Amino acid sequence: MALLEIDDLHASVDGHEILKGLTLTVNAGEVHSIMGPNGSGKSTLAQVLARREAYEVTGGTVKFDGKDLLEMSPEEAACEGLFMAFQYPVEIPGVGNAYFLRSAMNAIRRYHGQDELDAMDFLPLYRERLKLLEMDEKLMNRSVNEGFSGGEKKRNEILQLAMLEPKLAILDETDSGLDIDALRIVAQGVNAIRSKDRGFLVITHYQRLLNYIKPDFVHVLVDGRIAASGGPELALELEEKGYGWAEADEQVQHA
Amino acid sequence: MKRSRKTKVRLASLGQAKMTSTAGQFGNYLEAYNHVTAQGAEHEPVWLRQMREEGWARFSAKGFPTTHDEDWRFTNLAAAARTPFHRAARINAAHLAKEIEGYRLKGAVCQLVFVNGHFSPELSEMGGLPRGLEICALKRAFDCGLEECAPGGIEQHLGRYADIRRDVFAALNTALWEDGAYLRIRRGAAIEHPVHLLYVSAGAGEQIMTHPRTLVVAEEQSQASVVEDYVSIGDEAGFSNAVTELVAGDSAVVSHFLVERENPAAFNVSTLRIEQARAANVASHSILLGGGLVRNNVHPVLAGEGTECLINGLFVGAGHQHLDNYMLVEHARPNGASRQFYNGILDGHARGVFHGRIVVHKDAQKTDAKQTNRNLLLADTARIDTKPQLEIHADDVKCTHGATIGQIEEEQLFYLRSRGFPEMEARNLLLYAFAAECLDRMHEPAARAFAEELIQRRLSELVLAQNERAGQLHTEEEVQSWEEVG
Repeated sequence: MALLEIDDLHASVDGHEILKGLTLTVNAGEVHSIMGPNGSGKSTLAQVLARREAYEVTGGTVKFDGKDLLEMSPEEAACEGLFMAFQYPVEIPGVGNAYFLRSAMNAIRRYHGQDELDAMDFLPLYRERLKLLEMDEKLMNRSVNEGFSGGEKKRNEILQLAMLEPKLAILDETDSGLDIDALRIVAQGVNAIRSKDRGFLVITHYQRLLNYIKPDFVHVLVDGRIAASGGPELALELEEKGYGWAEADEQVQHA
Repeated sequence: MKRSRKTKVRLASLGQAKMTSTAGQFGNYLEAYNHVTAQGAEHEPVWLRQMREEGWARFSAKGFPTTHDEDWRFTNLAAAARTPFHRAARINAAHLAKEIEGYRLKGAVCQLVFVNGHFSPELSEMGGLPRGLEICALKRAFDCGLEECAPGGIEQHLGRYADIRRDVFAALNTALWEDGAYLRIRRGAAIEHPVHLLYVSAGAGEQIMTHPRTLVVAEEQSQASVVEDYVSIGDEAGFSNAVTELVAGDSAVVSHFLVERENPAAFNVSTLRIEQARAANVASHSILLGGGLVRNNVHPVLAGEGTECLINGLFVGAGHQHLDNYMLVEHARPNGASRQFYNGILDGHARGVFHGRIVVHKDAQKTDAKQTNRNLLLADTARIDTKPQLEIHADDVKCTHGATIGQIEEEQLFYLRSRGFPEMEARNLLLYAFAAECLDRMHEPAARAFAEELIQRRLSELVLAQNERAGQLHTEEEVQSWEEVG
């Protein structure tokens, strides 16, 4: 079943068109990787899908689980089951991690008319997920991301992902700046919640992450459009030949 | 330091006569003074009557300060000064019982209620006081003879600390106070739960003034918390001019809370004068949520060696509220440590002032003084003036100060929303997190819980108003403002 259907999406930031007709479908159970050089529009795609207001959609449609995603606010998209792991997670001083997570889960539960979780309902899952991501509970007594290392922040994103259990998870360059250990742990978290009901959009600059999170499909984004699509072998090919190859190919296609 | 754009100034709708500085213009105050001194002639001791006289002389000579006075540069009192507030007679307050219930502090050891400046025994709760705590209405202490009711305590301390030369409001209070609270915590006694002093203004259509006077004497090694709480019933403009003297003996540990939650027309000046003896540890927590024109003076003197003083505050303003915080921390003896933390949240046309003055006297070597003022402005029209002022006469001291002014960060807001928090809830959470820094410094659980609830409620109102504003075209409603061209 199609979870995400992007059709001819155009989007601009500050009047500059970044996405220039992007079309992509992600079905439940699939892991898609979007690769591309800097400036190709990878992060713009993630931000548009997460509904950041500064990104203006100028054309095309996006359906999320059958509903018009472009009509949704960030919180509606989140409550409908869309999750973006931030490339640069934000620090929120004064808001404790555990409180934040439980409140987020309850906001989503309220949206669906479900009862809220109390601390007792919350703790077992929370502890299990912390273990999965090899995170110290003490760290989580602190404010959200405050004083966290780069790796800890990224793991915290995946912890949230694993707690909120969305329908579609977008990982925006989660691997950037991570050492191999942290990369392994992040992948461990993602792989643990892979399921036939859930889709993933893994945005990355490097093929390395895909050794740990095996994608079903790889797309190459060049200048705001998908220039090439294929299986996992495409990522390896890119790694070998560099993005110049895809960019050249793109130019040939549009010549 | 960055300052936001100037708020639009508006003419106050109060009073017409242009005030001059002659005493003849203070007819309402003179009337009150005559009344109070006539009453006091019967039972007040000579020293007190003299003190009142000095207070009156000082006030009538100086009048209200103007913005030319450096200590009042950011706060214009002209409209308040010419408003004819008059003293309120004692009323039968029984009909307010229900409303008072909503203002009680859960977990207080006792509660003294004052209505329009007069002690209301029927609304107060004073049963079962713990050993070591003596408390009564100040006027009663005089009425029943100081020797029996409060031997030695009052004459030795009352009026000995508040500076009527420098501060005309302290002078005015000294001349006009009619009642207030007297607390004495006996040597070595630890009072576990907070004392709640509730000062209610119920003008019932009239613009009344009250001058509550509080004296807290915490003897050697005693421990206590006091919550002074100002509320109004009804929406008339009232004037509360409170003075509290808090005397902390050797190694005493005292927390004082000021809660200002009067109506948006209220004019409130409060002065907390703290005197700390050797190794005393005092915390002043100010929670300013209400009032129209508010001046919060906190003046600790670290008079003994090795004292510690925490000055913690949160002010939250919206509409046309003007919240002025004037801190004067005096280090008089060596090895004292003072910490000032004030956070401000301002929306609409609200204006905040933080004036943090630290004076380190010549003898106060090894002083460690720190001051931080952080502000969140929620609207372009809100304004904060923050001014540190260090005066150091010793040569081996550590003094730091810092101020920040900012807005709610869009990044943080988006992060929360992207996790499912509705926008309003996300804003509320961010505001609350900012305010909570101040709560984290309160250690008395019942008072803290009380403050937390009031703050949470006030912030929700702010967020709700912001939300409504976002949903409709800007409409400027006509509300009373104390702000005017200075």
